[in-house]
Amino acid sequence: MAKLLEVDDLATYFFTPEGVVKAVDGITYDLEEGEVLALVGESGCGKSVSALSLMRLIANPGRNVRGSVMFDGKDLLELTEPEMRGIRGNDMAMIFQEPMTSLNPVLTIGKQLTEAITLHLGYDKQQSEGRAGDLLEMVGIPEGRGRLNDYPHQFSGGMRQRVMIAMALSCNPKMLIADEPTTALDVTIQAQILELVQELGKETGTSVLIITHNLGVVARYADRVNVMYAGKIIERGTAREIYGNPRHPYTIGLLKSVPRLDETRKELLEPIEGLPPDLIFLPEGCAFRERCAYAIDRCATEIPPLVEVADAHTAACFVSDQLGSEWGGNK
Amino acid sequence: MEDTAKMPLNETGNLVDVKNLVKYFPVRKGIVIQRHVADVKAVDDVSFFIRPGETLGMVGESGCGKTTVARTMLQLYRPTSGTVEFQGQDLATLKGRALRDARREMQMIFQDPYGSLNPRMNCGNIIGEPLIVHKLTRSRNEYRDQVAELLTTVGLAPYMASRFPHEFSGGQRQRIGVARALAVRPSFIACDEPVSALDVSIQAQLINLLEELQAQFQLTYLFVAHDLSVVRHISDRIVVMYLGKIAEIATRDELYANPLHPYTQALLSAVPIPDPVIEATRSRILLTGDVPSPLRPPPGCVFNPRCQSVGDDCAGTHTEGLTNEAGVPDLREVSPDHWVSCIKV
Ligand SMILES: Nc1ncnc2c1ncn2[C@@H]1O[C@H](COP(=O)(O)OP(=O)(O)OP(=O)(O)O)[C@@H](O)[C@H]1O
Ligand SMILES: Nc1ncnc2c1ncn2[C@@H]1O[C@H](COP(=O)(O)OP(=O)(O)OP(=O)(O)O)[C@@H](O)[C@H]1O
Ligand SMILES: [Mg+2]
Ligand SMILES: [Mg+2]
Repeated sequence: MAKLLEVDDLATYFFTPEGVVKAVDGITYDLEEGEVLALVGESGCGKSVSALSLMRLIANPGRNVRGSVMFDGKDLLELTEPEMRGIRGNDMAMIFQEPMTSLNPVLTIGKQLTEAITLHLGYDKQQSEGRAGDLLEMVGIPEGRGRLNDYPHQFSGGMRQRVMIAMALSCNPKMLIADEPTTALDVTIQAQILELVQELGKETGTSVLIITHNLGVVARYADRVNVMYAGKIIERGTAREIYGNPRHPYTIGLLKSVPRLDETRKELLEPIEGLPPDLIFLPEGCAFRERCAYAIDRCATEIPPLVEVADAHTAACFVSDQLGSEWGGNK
Repeated sequence: MEDTAKMPLNETGNLVDVKNLVKYFPVRKGIVIQRHVADVKAVDDVSFFIRPGETLGMVGESGCGKTTVARTMLQLYRPTSGTVEFQGQDLATLKGRALRDARREMQMIFQDPYGSLNPRMNCGNIIGEPLIVHKLTRSRNEYRDQVAELLTTVGLAPYMASRFPHEFSGGQRQRIGVARALAVRPSFIACDEPVSALDVSIQAQLINLLEELQAQFQLTYLFVAHDLSVVRHISDRIVVMYLGKIAEIATRDELYANPLHPYTQALLSAVPIPDPVIEATRSRILLTGDVPSPLRPPPGCVFNPRCQSVGDDCAGTHTEGLTNEAGVPDLREVSPDHWVSCIKV
């Protein structure tokens, strides 16, 4: 498959009075056409910032400090702001983490949907409204056309989230970024929406970058997975590899700490002890070292690089080859 | 449930009996003269019981009334009708000392670890305040020791007593909430989504803590959550709620192995399992449509507009022995400890 996106050594820092927050610190990955890629990791590890960096939506005191983002043959970090505006919402669209606050409460749903369509596709009013109505029906809102004059408060939470998805899809993007698209929703509505995103991806060839900390969602919908910790990607591979053969102690810890619906009850869960490090005062060496049961002396002084541990599977850990048996695997 | 629920404590042996609990929130319009225009039927005729020492899980979609049930049980809301009995005593009839004692026995851990702690009080006083309110401390030294012991019990260090809430992480704040609830030696704690706001790795720490404390102090829990995997891990029995009503109650293993209510079936099939190999072959029931508004619940079975097994008689037809006059399904015990409110079962 052809590569749609190639991110190389991307780094975004926040220059705050307390110090430099290394929110994203040199991440490298790619996304193929039609692929669903997941980004997982604990709160504050840099998932949203890395996605916003692709869209060039980082505001002061944040700044992209190095790297490149090749998208559809162009380096997005080199484009002028007007050029970037032509891509945002058009070729590359994003569903934001807080859907409830991302809709404008004083504009009708129809107005908010048609705005982008008129701007990017050059449709007239009637054509735009037709497309907006179709989109609402496509995302599962019955009689979509009849609801274009409604305001956001007249829609339920799940419906508003679907409006956000309709908006993101309105210009047939090549790539859709979905940042925790469903955390505010219930499992049944969540399933409805993710199913929809996946289906649309298949139908239109759209690539999807999905950000979540729900490991179940990843297992169901993703082709490949990037695991992030403290601003870096620490493990990367196909979903089957990551779940069947995890090779970073953090990934193993994440998989062990969640109770599973299909498993008989364990006496106690196995949490990862401790907390993630402060991104201003990162320790020397491996950032996971202080919470890691397998740390060796070398981990305190050197940052482990991402190296291949199996076919299409890399991990950033000096002892990864000893961890093969640590994960009992899936039953 | 009707029969057993009417018996006094020494016969049912239940710690808590909730009978026909109703909580409506009135909706008013008008600035000068407020007219009562409608009711949010947050909890609408809910009956269940909790046995001493067990964990009763409670699941259901956002807005189905879980928090309202918990708060009404603890008399933080006055019920619109129905009763809550604690150790066989109707809480609404208690006065004076008996009421204070019951209040002490029943504690709550709140959904939001950020909003539920007073930001201007230090952690030691947040935990110690209930000791003073309930006169459970005799001297300054004893108070300090009690607070230190509580902090240690929940895995925090005694020296943290002088810190303020904003100096703690989400997981640590939730531990402070647990310590505060434990301070007065309750026998029952309603845990309202105690881990939902936390990261998975921190969630596991707190769940383990709650289980250890339960064993150590013989606590009884109501555990509200929307993560069904977590609820399965921690609960003995589970209540499934939908739009202010109970859809199903069963023991944990029975509920997951043999869900009877169509809503429970859909809910369980929607929970993703962290294993791509299993996910690739799993079938799921996708519901269509949105949860209806509790202002205008549908007639008959509240789940009927989204139900995959719906029939002609689900939308308000009276069926003798299965529904009430208005066609709302009764919660029936179909096998020991397995209750379901669906006429198709
Ligand atoms: N404007 C800002 N100023 C300073 N630091 C920031 C700013 N925005 C984000 N950060 C920091 O950057 C880091 C990464 O944040 P980010 O929002 O990407 O986390 P995340 O992985 O998306 O977490 P979550 O799962 O909670 O959404 C965090 O430590 C955060 O505190
Ligand atoms: N104080 C209140 N005044 C008016 N309506 C209320 C009040 N508290 C709750 N409600 C309504 O009652 C219904 C049930 O709310 P409740 O908070 O009990 O739901 P929940 O099941 O705990 O949801 P969640 O999973 O989102 O916490 C909702 O429709 C809510 O809007
Ligand atoms: Mg985020
Ligand atoms: Mg609630």
